[in-house]
Parts: sequence; C-alpha cells; structure tokens
Amino acid sequence: MIYGGKKIFAGLFIFVVLLISPFLANIGKADAQPNPSLNTPAINALATKQCVGSQQFMRTYHMQLLNQWRDQALRHGEYTYVNSQGQKFTISLENTCLKCHSNEQQFCNTCHTYVGVTPYCWECHQKGATQ
Amino acid sequence: MAKLPKQDELLQISYKPPKTPWMDLPVDFKPGTYCHGAKGKDLQAVGFPNARDWSPGEEDWKLPEEWKDTVLAGMADRLGKYRSFRLFMDVCVRCGACADKCHFYMGSGDPKNMPVLRAELMRSVYRRYFTKSGQLFGRLAGARDLTVDVLKEWWYYFYQCTECRRCSVFCPYGIDQAEITIMGRELLNLLGLNTEWISGPVANCYMKGNHVGLEPHTMVSNIEYLVDDIETLTGIHITPSFNRKGAEILFVVPSGDYYADPGMYTCMGYLMLFEELGLDYTWSTYAGEGGNFGFFTSNEMAKRLNAKIYAEAKRLGVKWILGGECGHMWRVLNQYMDTWNGPADFLEEPVSPITGTKFTNATSTKMVHIAEFTADLIHHNKIKLDPSRNDNLRVTFHDSCNPARGMGILEEPRYIIKNVCNNFFEMPEDTIREKTLCCGSGAGLNPGENMEVRLRGGFPRANAVKYVQEKHGVNMLANICAVDRVALPTLMDYWVPGVGVCGVHELVGNALVMKGEKKRETDMRGEPLPERSAEA
Amino acid sequence: MKIWSSLLAVVALVLIAWLGTGVAGLYTVFGVGIPYLAFLIFALGFIYRILKWGRSPVPFCIPTTCGQEKSLPWIKHNKIENPSGTAGVVGRMILEILFFRSLFRNLKTEKRGDKLGFGSAKWLWLGGLAFHWSMLIILLRHLRFFLDPVPSLVRGLDGLDSFLQIGLPILYITDIIIVAALLYLLARRLFVPQVRYISLASDYFPLFLLLGIVTSGILMRYFLRVDVVSVKELALGLVTLRPTVPTDIGSIFFIHVFLVSSLFAYFPWSKLMHAGGIFLSPTRNMANNSRRVRHINPWNYPVDVHSYAEYEAEFKEKMKKAGVPVETE
Repeated sequence: MIYGGKKIFAGLFIFVVLLISPFLANIGKADAQPNPSLNTPAINALATKQCVGSQQFMRTYHMQLLNQWRDQALRHGEYTYVNSQGQKFTISLENTCLKCHSNEQQFCNTCHTYVGVTPYCWECHQKGATQ
Repeated sequence: MAKLPKQDELLQISYKPPKTPWMDLPVDFKPGTYCHGAKGKDLQAVGFPNARDWSPGEEDWKLPEEWKDTVLAGMADRLGKYRSFRLFMDVCVRCGACADKCHFYMGSGDPKNMPVLRAELMRSVYRRYFTKSGQLFGRLAGARDLTVDVLKEWWYYFYQCTECRRCSVFCPYGIDQAEITIMGRELLNLLGLNTEWISGPVANCYMKGNHVGLEPHTMVSNIEYLVDDIETLTGIHITPSFNRKGAEILFVVPSGDYYADPGMYTCMGYLMLFEELGLDYTWSTYAGEGGNFGFFTSNEMAKRLNAKIYAEAKRLGVKWILGGECGHMWRVLNQYMDTWNGPADFLEEPVSPITGTKFTNATSTKMVHIAEFTADLIHHNKIKLDPSRNDNLRVTFHDSCNPARGMGILEEPRYIIKNVCNNFFEMPEDTIREKTLCCGSGAGLNPGENMEVRLRGGFPRANAVKYVQEKHGVNMLANICAVDRVALPTLMDYWVPGVGVCGVHELVGNALVMKGEKKRETDMRGEPLPERSAEA
Repeated sequence: MKIWSSLLAVVALVLIAWLGTGVAGLYTVFGVGIPYLAFLIFALGFIYRILKWGRSPVPFCIPTTCGQEKSLPWIKHNKIENPSGTAGVVGRMILEILFFRSLFRNLKTEKRGDKLGFGSAKWLWLGGLAFHWSMLIILLRHLRFFLDPVPSLVRGLDGLDSFLQIGLPILYITDIIIVAALLYLLARRLFVPQVRYISLASDYFPLFLLLGIVTSGILMRYFLRVDVVSVKELALGLVTLRPTVPTDIGSIFFIHVFLVSSLFAYFPWSKLMHAGGIFLSPTRNMANNSRRVRHINPWNYPVDVHSYAEYEAEFKEKMKKAGVPVETE
C-alpha cells in the first residue's frame, strides 16, 4: 500500500518521463553521423590532401589551434605557423583555412550543428570573404 | 536538587567539539542535568511495561532481558507507521544548518545537543539494523550497535530536547528533531524508561483529569479561591459552573492555571472576561486538562488523555470547545486531536456568541484558541479596555514554541497585548515568531532536579529578554503557555532579575473595565495600579 | 579515516576506469555496459526508495508553521510559510526546492562575552544553491550529446553559460561555479569544527566523487581534448539503443563516464536521495488546516480511556460535596 499514492505515482511518472526523455526523443530517428565534405575546388586541386595537422589532430584540437592563431596574429603580430612536420603556413582563417574549406555549410556546420556548438568566428570574420 | 551553578560557571560554553568522536563518548550522568526516573506506580497506573522504581544515575536500569529485541521491533514498527521517521532517518545530509539553532546546544556547547547529532544517536542504530550499508560497513557508514550505553545516551538526550521544532524551521528538508525525539521516547517507554516528572502527571491526568492531580472538589475550590480574589479586586462576584450540561461552550485550560503563580492570574483573566461577556460556558473536572504530558510519552498515551475532551464535550452536550493559553496543548489540539479522537460531528461549528464571528479555521475540530476568541472581541469593540492600568508594565512577548511552529498563532496574542498595554516591545527578530527560542523546559523537562540543563537551555531566550530589558526597560514577559508561566520565572530570576512572567489574559483581566466594578486599587497581583492623571 | 577512505575510493574508481580502458581496452564495458547498468540502478533504485517511503503513511498533519496561521479574516495570513491549502503548499514547496527557502533563514549563533548574538549566515545557502543550480544546468547542457538535432533550448542554455567567450572551447561559467561551490562545501566540512565533527564518510565521498566528475570533465573539455563527434556518436548510440563503441576517445572520457556512472549507481542508496525525499517531507508538504479538515490516520486504533463513568464512580461523593453535578445518584 502506497499512502498518498496518486501524488507519489504522478511524481514518479514525471521523474521517469524526464529520465527517459532522451530515449523517447530519439525513437525512430536514424543515426545521422556528420560527414563533413572535402569537395571544394581548392581541395580537389591539391596534389596531397593534407591540412595543417593530421585529421585526428584537427578533429580534436582545431578550435584550440584557431584560438592560438588568433592570439599569435592579433596580439603578437606573428603570421607564420610551423606544424609538427616543419611545414610553414600563413596564419589566417580567411586566407588559409577557408581557402580550402570554402564550403562552410557542408564542412564546418555539419559537426558544429551535430554537437550543438556555435562558433563565434563570424562575429569578426566575414563568411566567404575570400571569394 | 543539585546546587545551582553560578552564572559565570554556566557561561563557560565552548562550541568547539571535543577531539574524541561522539560515538566514543559515553554519557556522564551529572546531577542537575537529568530528570528522575519514572516511578513504578505511575507507569502501572496507565498500564505501561516494566513498571518499577529506578534511577538513571545508577548503573543498573533494571531493563527487561529482551530489551534489545523490544527496541528494534519497536523501531521497525514505527518506521512502517511514520513516514516522517523513516524519511528523517534517510535524508539528512549533515549540512549543519541546524547545529547552532538548538537552545540546549547554545547553552551547553554539548555537541550531542546539536539537532543533527541528537538525530544521529538514533540514525546510527537505524543504519546498523535497517540499512545494507550499515550492516556491511559498520562504523565507516556511521552505524553502531545498540548497547545499554547507547540506550542510556538516548534517554539522556531525548529527555534533553524540548520538541520545540526550531531546528526544523532551518532544515532544508524540514527534518524535525521533535519527530525523532517523539519516536525515541516511544521506544524508551517500551522499556519503562520515562521520567518521574512526565509519568507522574500522565498518571494523574489519566485517573483524576489533570496533571497536578487535583481531585474534583479541589479544582472547584481552587477556582473559587480565584473568584474570591476577583471579588476583592473588582467587587464583582462570579459563579462559575462545573460539569454543567447544556452549556454552550466547554472551556479547557492547562491545569497549571488553576493554582500556580503566575498562571492563576491568567485564569482570573479568563474568569473576568467570560463574566463580563455573560458567556454560557462550563469548566469540567473530568476533562480539566488541556495540556498533554502523554504527548511526551507516546502517541497512544497522548491520545488516551486527549480523548477526554471530546468525550466530555459530548456528555455535556456543548456546542463547541474553547481552549486556554497553552503551548504543547495547542500543538496537540491543532495537529493531533481531530485525527486521534474525531470526528467531532456531535458538536457545532464554532461561532462567537458575542460577535457572531464564525471560526472557519476550526470547523472540524470545533475548538477555538482563546487568543483567537479574544482578538475577535477586541476587533469588534465588544469589551471596554483601559490599557493604562498596565502602564506599570513594559511588556515583551515570548512566542511559545508549539503555537508558533506547530500552529502559527503569532498575531492574535500581539494584537491583544497592544490593545491592553501601552508599552509593548518586540525582542530581536531572530528570537521571536517562527524563530522563537524555547524556554528550555518544555516537553516535560521542567522539574527541579535538572535545573542546570533548564537554565542552560533557557539562556538564549533569557539573553533576548535581557536585550529588551536593557534597551527598553522591559519588566514583563508575556506568553500563551502554561509551561512558560511555570518555567520562565525561575529562568528570569536567574538570568534577568526584574522581569516578571504573565499570561496574555492576565493583562486582559487587568485592563478589562467590567460593568459595575468598583474602582480598582491594585492589579491582580496586589501591586498598586500606576497613577493616572485622568480616569478613563 | 573517513576523509581518506572517501578520497581513496574515488581515486580507485579513476584507476579502475583508466586501467579498464587505457590498458585493458574494455571500451564496451566502460562505454556501454556500465553506463546502462548505472542508469538502470539509478532509475529503479530511486523509484524503490520513493515507494519505500510511500509505504509508511503520514499519520498526523505536522507541518512546521513558519508564519501566521489562517484564522480571523482581518489578520494577515502568511499563505506560503503557513499554507492553508494546496496552492500555498505548492508555493512553499517551489520556494523550498528551487530556492532553498529554509536554508535562506540560516543564522549564525555567536557568543559575545556573556551574551549571544545572531548574525546572518547566507554562505551555506549560496554555496548550496550555486552547486545545485550549476549541476542542473550542466546536466541539461549535456543533452546536446544525447539529442539530435540539439534542441534550441539546450543551445540557448549553452550560449548563456558561455557568454563570456573566454578561451576555446569557450569557458562555461557553471564549470567555474560548480568547482568553487564544491570546494566551499568540502572546505566547510573540513574546517568548520562542528561540521567536521558530524561528518561521515558518506558525506565526503559524494563531494570527492563530484569533484572527480567535474575535474575530469573540465580536463577533457579544456586540456586533454577528446573528439566531441565520437563522444556524441557514443552517447546517441546509447539513447537510440544502438550502442557503438568508438575506440578513438581518450581514457579521460571513460574516467569521466565511469565516475558519473558511479554517482548514478550510488545515488539511490545514499543521502543524495534528499533530492526525492524533500518532496515527501511532511513538515513542508502539508497544509496547516488540521482544525478545518480532519486528517485521517490509516492505522488509528481504539485505545484504553479512563471513562467518565469510572471517574465519577471514584469521585462521586467529593463531587457532590463540592456541588458538581453527577450522572448517577
């Protein structure tokens, strides 16, 4: 016998619904893993399709690298980045990164939307400025 | 009685806990800090188990052989009967918010008087016998075996708690130590471990109708004595009635008001007020007790004593019941009586015959607090008052714990006082209303033999009174509780000499201008009335 | 002893997760099996505990009244602190659960010479509130890993929490607050003598565990980065019941998940159940209307009473002499 059962069961019902709401919300949805596209004219034209870092490194650390680039360029006036292979790149979002990855919608946004991240790059930088 | 310690000795209070963990500190039964053990004859009178004379200070408490099983079975039973008990055993996070809210802790520094530790005394045993973690990890999980020493510790500290509920006001989960103390005392009573000061009044009340054991003729003559005093004072002769069938109202007060100084002045106030109103009411010698020391024993015992009120109301055929000024009496009447002994469908919903006001908050119990009744009278201008007769008094009001935190009757007494006195001063905000500080003698802790504990427990209250004494020259501590009226005078004499104690209706009686009364020369206590330039 | 054993227990949990994934490679166990198990223990355990409390009735109407009762119409009734009906109770419970009303009353009692003084003491309230609200926001923020698409509400919350735009990934304000609050709560347990005196191992353990969870989370986000897309794949796999086990996430992630799983599994059997208990607390969730509405005790039973007849039988002569009317001649 549960005393005050109506209220207790109502409370538990709400508790359970909240708890399993992520399960419920995903019912019938296909796994839509992000598939960032590398299909841009600039990338297609490259002989070796290699970014400034390895794919694994870029996936995990690109935001920290960008942050570091910003500080280097804007605060210290350094415009050259040397990667672990010793290759040199010009520190510039618009002229280095976006030159290849000119497809923000199909590249940047796929993952950012997937994990719910809103980058603030475009508060200063202009989209498609290089075009 | 142990010799009274000096103030500066009592004030050597340290809030720094000792090095030794509390589980390793057995109780020191120091005279002056605990009550006498229950007498065998008193336990026998109400059919309680293990009735025998015993003394807490002695090694052997004459426990029955199977005491441990009895306690554990009693615990299991109550865990299943009281959600409060099981919940309060489980949900404490030991945040410590309650720690310095207990007047006994403030006045003693004894860590086991922190409500949280008082509760842990019980929780540690609960964990050991009723939770997996306690069974597996023992002391690491805060669990410990139930031993005779633990039992003694329970007795000592559950009879060093006045069930005032101040801790529960501050607890983020509303854990009420009073509930745990009540359970603890129930369990102790399964072994005949009560105090003399509680079990004696319980036996008296059961057999004779009131705690002090006044037999019917003595109760009558006590009230007649008060009637004589009123006649001397006012020239008006009152003829109260007892056990009168067909009266409109049954009036029930705490029995301390029949004879004890200063409670009897409050009683005179009631008598004068009702005479002036021409109220159709009766006293009862059978249900002559509103207070309920059964409540400090077990719920069953409390119910057995309380049952008399409705039974008598039914026998006399009254319409409704009016209750006098008393603290735990009103906790019981407000939160327990109707549940135990109702429904009172043989009574009518209470209506003031003077003002016609319907007491809509009491339509089920049919029992009204006299402060509600009188406040209503004053609000409707039904009585003539001369507050200047109380001009010799500079009054402050002590909210009694139970009416404040178990009912919420805060404004009515203040309204009355402000209408019958010209000089009213509040104590500091953190010491009144729901945060009121206990007298230190409630829940049956007001005998003489534990005076040190009472003085310590009452120190925070006295300290607040002292504040208004120094600041406003306060010389009278008004209240609506019979235990307060018995306990606070001692406390005031010790900590704040020069401050008297009175019930609110004593002030009403003094200010009440009665039809046909002679010019009053003194107040009820025989003190000359303050000189007044112009008569009202 | 209480402190060290609790700390060691949390360290052991960290080591187990690290060895289990980093060395033994048991990604499925730590990424799927244990989280599912912990979730089940939490859900079922929570329900079990609530029902266990529910099996004990509330025999009496025992609200702690913290304000003026509802009585005469011209006396101002405190509807929240002394509720007279359901609306007031709901209001009181909302204040209690969302804003810790009772703790807000907290005072500090001090002895000054031969006098007592009462001072305001809101730090515990603030620390407690800061911790619990941060915890809630962090929990809701984590929904971004479990829902696809991420609801705008969660995105909005995320944006609010990171509006300072410090660093990249952007610093969450709640990350700072929860660490500060937990350290405060731990510090008062360690350094306030009374609180230390009453503390048990079961008071320290959840604090260390929460600190472990928060620290591993912060390390993972700001320092020992892991690939968030893989994390989301794992999380989504769990809630769509099609678990995938990425092996390219660092051990720090599995340490974080294992500590969270430990908290979930520990929760129902500990004092943390205050979260559910507060809803059932009879001193808070009842209306002070027991003179108006009869409260029913389901186990109310008849008791021995000293009847009027017995009383009169004993005192009849004395009553007659005193002029008190009697029933029988």
